[in-house]
Amino acid sequence: MDVEILARVQFAFTIGFHYIYPPLSIGLGLMLVILEGLYLRTGQRIYEMAVRFWIRIFALIFGIGVATGIIMEFEFGTNWATYSKYVGDIFGSALAAEGIFAFALESGFLGILIFGWNRVGPRIHFFSTIMVFLGSMFSAVWIVVANSWQQTPAGYHIVGEGLNARAEITDFWAMVFNPSSVDRILHVWTGAILAGAFLVLSVNAWYLLHRKHVEIARPTFKISLLVVTVFSLLQLFIGDRSAEVVAHYQPAKLAAMEGHFDSSAIADMYILGYVDKKAEKTNGLKIPGGLSFLTYGSFKTPVTGLRAFKPEDRPSQVNSVFQFYHLMVASGVAMIFLSLLGCWLWWRKKLFNYRWLLWVYALSVLLPQIANQAGWFTAEMGRQPWVVYGMLRTSDALSRAVTANQIVFSLILFTIVYIVLFTLFLFLLNRKIQHGPVDYGTKEEIESGQRRDNPLLEHHGVQG
Amino acid sequence: MHHFLGLDYNVWWFLVFGAVISGYAILDGFDLGAGSLHLFLKKESSRRIAMNAIGPIWDGNEVWLVIGGGALFAGFPVAYAAIFSAFYVPFMIFLVGLIFRAVSIEFRSKEPWLWWRKAWDIVYCVASIVISLSLGLMLGNVVEGLPLNGNKEFSGDLLSFFNPFAVMVAITTLALFMMHGAIFLTMKTENRLFVKLHVLANNFIVFFVVSFTITTVYTLLYIPHLGDFFRSRPQYFAIPLLMILAIANIPRQVKVGKYRFAFISSTITISLLLIMVALEVFPYLLYSPQHPENSITIYNAASSIRTMKILLVMALVGTPLVGIYTSFVFWTFKGKVKLDEMSY
Ligand code: HDD
Ligand code: HEM
Ligand code: HEM
Repeated sequence: MDVEILARVQFAFTIGFHYIYPPLSIGLGLMLVILEGLYLRTGQRIYEMAVRFWIRIFALIFGIGVATGIIMEFEFGTNWATYSKYVGDIFGSALAAEGIFAFALESGFLGILIFGWNRVGPRIHFFSTIMVFLGSMFSAVWIVVANSWQQTPAGYHIVGEGLNARAEITDFWAMVFNPSSVDRILHVWTGAILAGAFLVLSVNAWYLLHRKHVEIARPTFKISLLVVTVFSLLQLFIGDRSAEVVAHYQPAKLAAMEGHFDSSAIADMYILGYVDKKAEKTNGLKIPGGLSFLTYGSFKTPVTGLRAFKPEDRPSQVNSVFQFYHLMVASGVAMIFLSLLGCWLWWRKKLFNYRWLLWVYALSVLLPQIANQAGWFTAEMGRQPWVVYGMLRTSDALSRAVTANQIVFSLILFTIVYIVLFTLFLFLLNRKIQHGPVDYGTKEEIESGQRRDNPLLEHHGVQG
Repeated sequence: MHHFLGLDYNVWWFLVFGAVISGYAILDGFDLGAGSLHLFLKKESSRRIAMNAIGPIWDGNEVWLVIGGGALFAGFPVAYAAIFSAFYVPFMIFLVGLIFRAVSIEFRSKEPWLWWRKAWDIVYCVASIVISLSLGLMLGNVVEGLPLNGNKEFSGDLLSFFNPFAVMVAITTLALFMMHGAIFLTMKTENRLFVKLHVLANNFIVFFVVSFTITTVYTLLYIPHLGDFFRSRPQYFAIPLLMILAIANIPRQVKVGKYRFAFISSTITISLLLIMVALEVFPYLLYSPQHPENSITIYNAASSIRTMKILLVMALVGTPLVGIYTSFVFWTFKGKVKLDEMSY
């Protein structure tokens, strides 16, 4: 296989895997802030137990997020050397900012978040929790800025030619606030919060199904239900804005997202469908004129189609872009439906009455994960054949010093490592959830020596 | 003007990058060292304490690597591209080492079974050793230089990385980290474990001094051009001299039980070693011995002046911030390790 395909597969695989964890950390970070805030306000033990339980889960997720993130930091250099030289001036500063402003904040206070419960006062601990949450939000900012610049470049000029051409910053803030950054950051943040909040929702649904920790599960379930309701509704509007940005700046991507070929025709919006690339036709269930309406506010205005672009300038995987996009939207709609249903039942005081519905909630953790992955695949595959939209082609962006064999080697290595990691992650997550929140005792009890060390360990007779 | 306080921006950024790398070597150095000697500790409780000694801080330490990667990418993108694509295979192994190390710390404590803990202890220790060795190996190769073609891309092969000099640097790095880590752990432990670590620290000092001496002698005999900088500027001999004093001070302080001073000395040793490396390679980031005209320097690899300025502002704003919260975290967890229910 050729180096280009391999490098792309490797990038998609490693980033897709990384992207399972950071959204969970960001979203859980918010949940920790809420739960700890409630604990500080009300002083209720159930909130303390809930926070400390979720801190442990957070630590597990965070660990894997960090481990897989470090790979990403260097993969630009290892696999995309030409790209790195081309965008280094711009991309590098975003990455450096991420390290120094976001990751350092996050990992610094993480120590206190995880290990500091009995060492620092409650306020300082709460402060650390907030800092970790903010740090994770910031890290999303910088990396999304870098990626948004790739999608909608701004604030730069090109110097040099051919192999030595590269982009240089002319206006830092125009680079940071390029046309798509703000909308995409909001969209990514909201997607991440949904990922974390749905995890809390689904674990608590599972406890309720198994009648475990009910006194903690009920309030926590309700809190996370509120969070997912607010953010899934918000996401509909934010996502719509992202689509407008795409329509404006990346017309070929938009056309691929809805499988629209003919520029002189009004554009439909599909609920379900299939793109026949050869016949340049899309079949399926559709709202006629829907895309025209969303883009221009009128059902009758034509929208630029794929035929307006030279074949070598079109995304090659039109059907995949179409399917991923529709998968994301469908998951988003499903999340809205589930949250509104929950709120309505809560209002009718029947929230916990239906076991089948609790099962649905228990599985709902998959929805934001699907939407997040599908959204990125839409954004990134729709950007093809460009790495930097309209400027640098993916096929020109490779490392010429790296051979196909080397990439195969690393791809096999990462596949094995990630399968092992993922299995262990699920295993440990499951064990933690089964084990559930623990009452660690009050500070007085610990100080007076009534309770010591890790209850889990003592229970198993391991001397700490 | 492209100057700031008398130095041009490229030199400034080279200094910043060097400082970040030193920060990484000093900070992650002790927790990598603690990991590399992990299996010398035999009891479950000792291992647990040793791991918790670095528990709250290792992740923050590793961020320096991430910042270093970003700093190189941002300031010298051509070097970032060349170095990481050249070291493709060793670098992937290094990264896999980092993954396993990160998760072994996290996973070990999550189950009470002894076999589970023993297995993660091995992963943790082996990964720490692999990381230290591969870091040293890559450093050795950077110092010696790599074959580069006209596009400033690597044109050598994998086996050439395993030359005697680089291998010696790798072993010396491991020894240095183990010494640094053992001293760190003495500050964090008590009773029998502490006595054991005191003995280990002494052994690793010997290990380091021997491997360092062999590497130095080899360099002087077989790669004399690496000493050019110092031969032509004798006044700079103060630096290696200071370093030898710092090294000599380590066993002295350990002997009288002043571990904090020993730790400061090993910290100074690491910084001075890296300063010497920097002086020897400057202004090259990657030297190409066969075709010096293809070498990558801080000038032909650099970003635009505007980006360098932006980066310096970021460094000026960011570094004090990082300093403040890093000190706060270190201060919170100062003193001997205490285990509680949230410990690893
Ligand atoms: C829980 C997550 C989630 C949910 C419910 C949605 N999205 Fe999304 N979407 C993302 C998570 C996401 C993402 C992973 O965050 C992406 C990938 C790249 C990006 O900027 O955000 C994304 C990308 C993305 C893009 C491509 C942006 C680009 O290429 O720059 C569009 C047009 C939309 N989304 C539109 C929508 C619409 C109309 C939704 C209606 C419900 C929607 N998204 C729900
Ligand atoms: C939109 C996509 C991404 C988002 C939102 C994101 C966000 C995050 C977050 C929040 C973390 C903290 C760890 C965690 O919470 O699990 C993290 C870790 C990390 N990410 Fe990503 N990331 C993304 C993609 C990338 C990419 C493309 C890179 C490569 C440059 C990268 C590099 C890293 C690194 C190096 C870490 C470890 C940092 C540490 O040591 O704390 N990430 N990422
Ligand atoms: C975190 C979620 C992300 C996912 C799931 C994702 C997914 C993908 C996929 C599927 C590809 C391959 C596209 C193809 O070959 O058809 C790709 C390529 C790429 N992405 Fe992303 N991406 C993510 C975030 C990012 C970010 C944050 C950046 C940069 C800051 C980035 C930069 C790149 C680059 C440089 C390539 C390689 C060149 C290319 O194939 O276009 N990605 N990504």
